[in-house]
Amino acid sequence: MCGIVGFLAKKPEFIQSLGKHVVPMLTCMGDRGPDSAGLAVFGEPVDPSLRRFSLYAPDRRFDWSAFEQQLAARIGGQIELSALENHAVLIGSVEPIRLKAWLTEAHPTLHLLSTGRTIDVYKDEGHPTDIARRYHFTQFSGTHAVGHTRMATESAVSPAHAHPFTAGEDFCLVHNGSLSNPYSVRRKLEKKGIRFETDNDTEAACRFLEWRMSEGDQLEAAIQKGFEELDGFFTLLMATADKLILVRDPFACKPAVAVETDEYVAISSEYRALAHLPGVKNARIFEPVPEQIYSWTVSSRLT
Amino acid sequence: MDRVIPLDLTRLTVRELNHFLHHQLPTGDAVRVEILNPNGMHNLAVGLDAPAEIDILGHAGYFIAGMNKRANVTVHGNVGWSVAENIMSGTVRVKGCASECAGASGHGGLLVIEEDASSRCGISLKGGDIVVVGSVGHMSAFMAQAGTLVVCGDAGGSLGDSLYEATIYVGGAIHSLGADAQEEPMTAADVARVSELLTKAGITRDAKSFKRVASKRSLYHWHADAGQEY
Repeated sequence: MCGIVGFLAKKPEFIQSLGKHVVPMLTCMGDRGPDSAGLAVFGEPVDPSLRRFSLYAPDRRFDWSAFEQQLAARIGGQIELSALENHAVLIGSVEPIRLKAWLTEAHPTLHLLSTGRTIDVYKDEGHPTDIARRYHFTQFSGTHAVGHTRMATESAVSPAHAHPFTAGEDFCLVHNGSLSNPYSVRRKLEKKGIRFETDNDTEAACRFLEWRMSEGDQLEAAIQKGFEELDGFFTLLMATADKLILVRDPFACKPAVAVETDEYVAISSEYRALAHLPGVKNARIFEPVPEQIYSWTVSSRLT
Repeated sequence: MDRVIPLDLTRLTVRELNHFLHHQLPTGDAVRVEILNPNGMHNLAVGLDAPAEIDILGHAGYFIAGMNKRANVTVHGNVGWSVAENIMSGTVRVKGCASECAGASGHGGLLVIEEDASSRCGISLKGGDIVVVGSVGHMSAFMAQAGTLVVCGDAGGSLGDSLYEATIYVGGAIHSLGADAQEEPMTAADVARVSELLTKAGITRDAKSFKRVASKRSLYHWHADAGQEY
């Protein structure tokens, strides 16, 4: 069992208060997934010459200022790092491939959680309530967010195995369910030079969809191929720089409920995680049907 | 006029609520309990065994009114998975939509869903009756053994898969029938049965316009000489 949550703000005041709405959703779904949790937040895009990276250090006392100095000396260019405990967001004119290579060589314990112009990812082991508190999730603003609470059934409990999973740039995915053919999907992708970071089944789905997009598919077309390729149970919630997308497998054994108002779209595994949202009681609430792609696009920005 | 007992879930835990309903419900009087602020909580009003009138005012979660005996429970909103699962008697009415497995394994009583029910509605039904005013999702009445499922709207894929002796009546379109389910002619007895259940549910529909689905009974027994293509 796991919990998934998603939120897309349609009004500037909901962009500003995104974290306040999402945190009760995530902590409520702690009942479905108490062993680890994560949140991907999408904000205003940085300049096209820049990238933002979320970094995770297993050591909570990691020296981020020394890291920043080393990075500036080695990679150069414009760098801005904001760290909180074992997590940091790095914004800079750094090529993702160069950063990754340098991290592997100089800081192999660091985990690159996300890359893009809009996405920040936070994830760790522990109860969702504690993780939300530690990283100050309530203070987050953003256009949309995807969160997950995990109760591991198929691979280890570790920060790397927590969701959201990311691949490529500005793409993340969370999953409630279990795939029965992640290894065959993985073998197919590895032959194409795609590298995996964990043995988690969800990572196979994430990398499969990102591979299809890198081959030119729109996410919706990639998901259609996913329905053919991915076997097992899944409710998948995905986000790109400007979209929130939800699908359920043909059996739809894993729950999902969605609510849409003029102010926001919110998705969760269970309605009780949505019950605190403003206007929810009289909003359009629906259960997504199997194999249908539900997609919402960001329509409101702060700037 | 009924005496109304309000029970507010912002003040009570679910355990306290159910304890009250099991052990402290006044008997003898015409009592109506109003459960306030359900906010999608699970397991509300489960295991009741009293002729009580219970109103849940708002959207509720999973397993609402499970194992119900004698009580009449009305949810003024939507419910999550497995509403009235294993219902024994009494009535459970959902004014909104129900998620998966509504009325699962029900032995008796009546479940009414006034809007749509999701997949696996009436799965393993064992004798209860279910009336869905809207549509039902895929795999509804899967392995249903006894009782009746009446769907006024459409039915999703694989309706009545591996059906035993339950009967299904559908007013709208059937997306597909499951293994061993077949459409059969409506007899006068079927029309009377549908009419009776619609009346009980308080629904006005022409019972003659329904289709009957029942078991082909070819999966009942294992045939030693059947093709062993496993």
